Amino acid sequence: MGSSSFLTGTNAFKGVLLAALLTLPLLGFSDYVLHIAISILLWAFVYTSWSIMGRFGLVSLGHGAFLGIGAYGTTMLWNHYGLTPWVGIPISIVLSGILGLLIGLPCFRFKITGHYFALVTLALTEVARLLIVALRDHTGGSLGVTPVGMVSPENPVSFYALQFASKSVWFYIVVGVWLVGLLIWRAVDRSMLRYAMEAISQEEDASASVGINVTRTKLTVTVISAAMTAFGGAVYGQYQQYINPETVSGIAISLQIVFAVIAGGMFVQLGPTVGAVITILLGEGLRLGFGNQFHGLDVTIYGLMLILFIIYMPRGVLGKAIDAFAARTAPPRVQPGE
Amino acid sequence: MGSMLQVRDLTKRFGGFTAVDRIGFDLDEGEILGLIGPNGSGKSTTFNLIAGALAPTGGSIVLDGREIGGKSPTEVCHMGIARTYQIPRPFRKLTVLENVAVAAYYGANSLISRSEAWRRAEEALALTRLPNDPSVRVDGLGAAGLKKLELARALATQPRLLLADESLGGLDEQEMDQAADMLSDIRREKGITIIWVEHIMGVLMRVVDRCVVLDHGEVIASGLPHDVAHDPKVVEVYLGSDAETIQTQVAGRRASAETGTEAAVC
Repeated sequence: MGSSSFLTGTNAFKGVLLAALLTLPLLGFSDYVLHIAISILLWAFVYTSWSIMGRFGLVSLGHGAFLGIGAYGTTMLWNHYGLTPWVGIPISIVLSGILGLLIGLPCFRFKITGHYFALVTLALTEVARLLIVALRDHTGGSLGVTPVGMVSPENPVSFYALQFASKSVWFYIVVGVWLVGLLIWRAVDRSMLRYAMEAISQEEDASASVGINVTRTKLTVTVISAAMTAFGGAVYGQYQQYINPETVSGIAISLQIVFAVIAGGMFVQLGPTVGAVITILLGEGLRLGFGNQFHGLDVTIYGLMLILFIIYMPRGVLGKAIDAFAARTAPPRVQPGE
Repeated sequence: MGSMLQVRDLTKRFGGFTAVDRIGFDLDEGEILGLIGPNGSGKSTTFNLIAGALAPTGGSIVLDGREIGGKSPTEVCHMGIARTYQIPRPFRKLTVLENVAVAAYYGANSLISRSEAWRRAEEALALTRLPNDPSVRVDGLGAAGLKKLELARALATQPRLLLADESLGGLDEQEMDQAADMLSDIRREKGITIIWVEHIMGVLMRVVDRCVVLDHGEVIASGLPHDVAHDPKVVEVYLGSDAETIQTQVAGRRASAETGTEAAVC
């Protein structure tokens, strides 16, 4: 990843950027600004989770299902069984990983790849949404559900319930979550797993013939990605204190994840984060500009932009920027996705 | 040298079509066996059956006393059999060195360190005379380079048996000779046993110890190159008008006093 050095560059540079980020809550911004920053970082984590598998051509249109398990699993365990999110979140993560295995195993065993894999996962996310709606007695159906609140103006912090009234606290939590996502991305990027997945994404049969267990390798990245996404969903539910089937599962959210990562750039560490900046700001901009006058306008624009990005900028905004920078400093080299 | 691989009554049917029909042959340790025949004779199917890419309909393939028929390509690789592809299938997103290193790492039959994988990769690149410069990309390789990369990737898994699939296709005459010499060197230096499927007979006959000739999924002849090249059935169905040229080439090889393995016709 030598060509990405100008953004991920030296540790000192990264340290300064991170320090600047951490001072954000101290600068007296409104809660609204903090909310936007939290949303960007939280979705950046979810998008990074998707790109763990998406960058290798495992295009999942079903991450809404994993997101939903994380959010609903944690909230249901809390609301119905009084189980603290400290336990509920790990359980939801494990359940999501198991679902990743269950959906991945037949797909990878029977060599369902490319468009067909995307279609299978698309069905998965819709099944998850329908299931949440159908189990309305437990999940609140399409009206959504609120985790039983433990905080109030007098008691703004509940570690046990993982509920915090302060946006600043959430900001720091989410920065931590986001950093963990980036570290996992980098760990995978530097592991032999990446070489194996790059090989598989190009030549599945040849990969098997040099001893790579194709099914197991694909399952590994799928489970990592599914587990991380569930974690993102759980944190989202805890932060928002309200979840509904549309915001944490279903086709719309799954497509938004894919669009954001493609727009930002799925082959670089900070690409999904840039994707989150683009989608959240775009969504907020449209909402502020047009109010609820044109319902569904943001999704329409996502769709149009997705087509344009796939055709003209398949490596995303950050990928393109890095290429342009690298082209000025080094001879061109072929990159994945071109 | 003992028998390493025994193929018995190996059969593969695709629907009503029998691609390989009860073929059998033995392979001795350290031997180079040429598997030849006209198009559609069942060479590639036999090759894919041994490599695990296809499961046999019947018969057995025994490596060192263990049945390998029907095992997956990954398992077959870990048992010490590596293959190349007729049309090279490089991992284009990886550099040349990474292509070979990933094979060394995952193809090893036990867990090895990453540095050991890179060491094995460099050794395989040296053996195939490819540059071990980490920045060399697959796109920079020509037809001959890609064939060498196929070979290097297979060798990096440290096989005992190498299955070479038409390593000469698309090469010019000089490159073909070099490729043949390379296979010969690999056997001599590493003691690796080789099954070589090839269409281009002359060069193959110069290097192999023994030949098995297939036609319509059946073995029609097997033995020393000289005997096979003079076998009337082989001349009739395969060599045709090239028979004399190839017989001369085989005779030339005998004259140059190369040592051949004793015939072990099955």
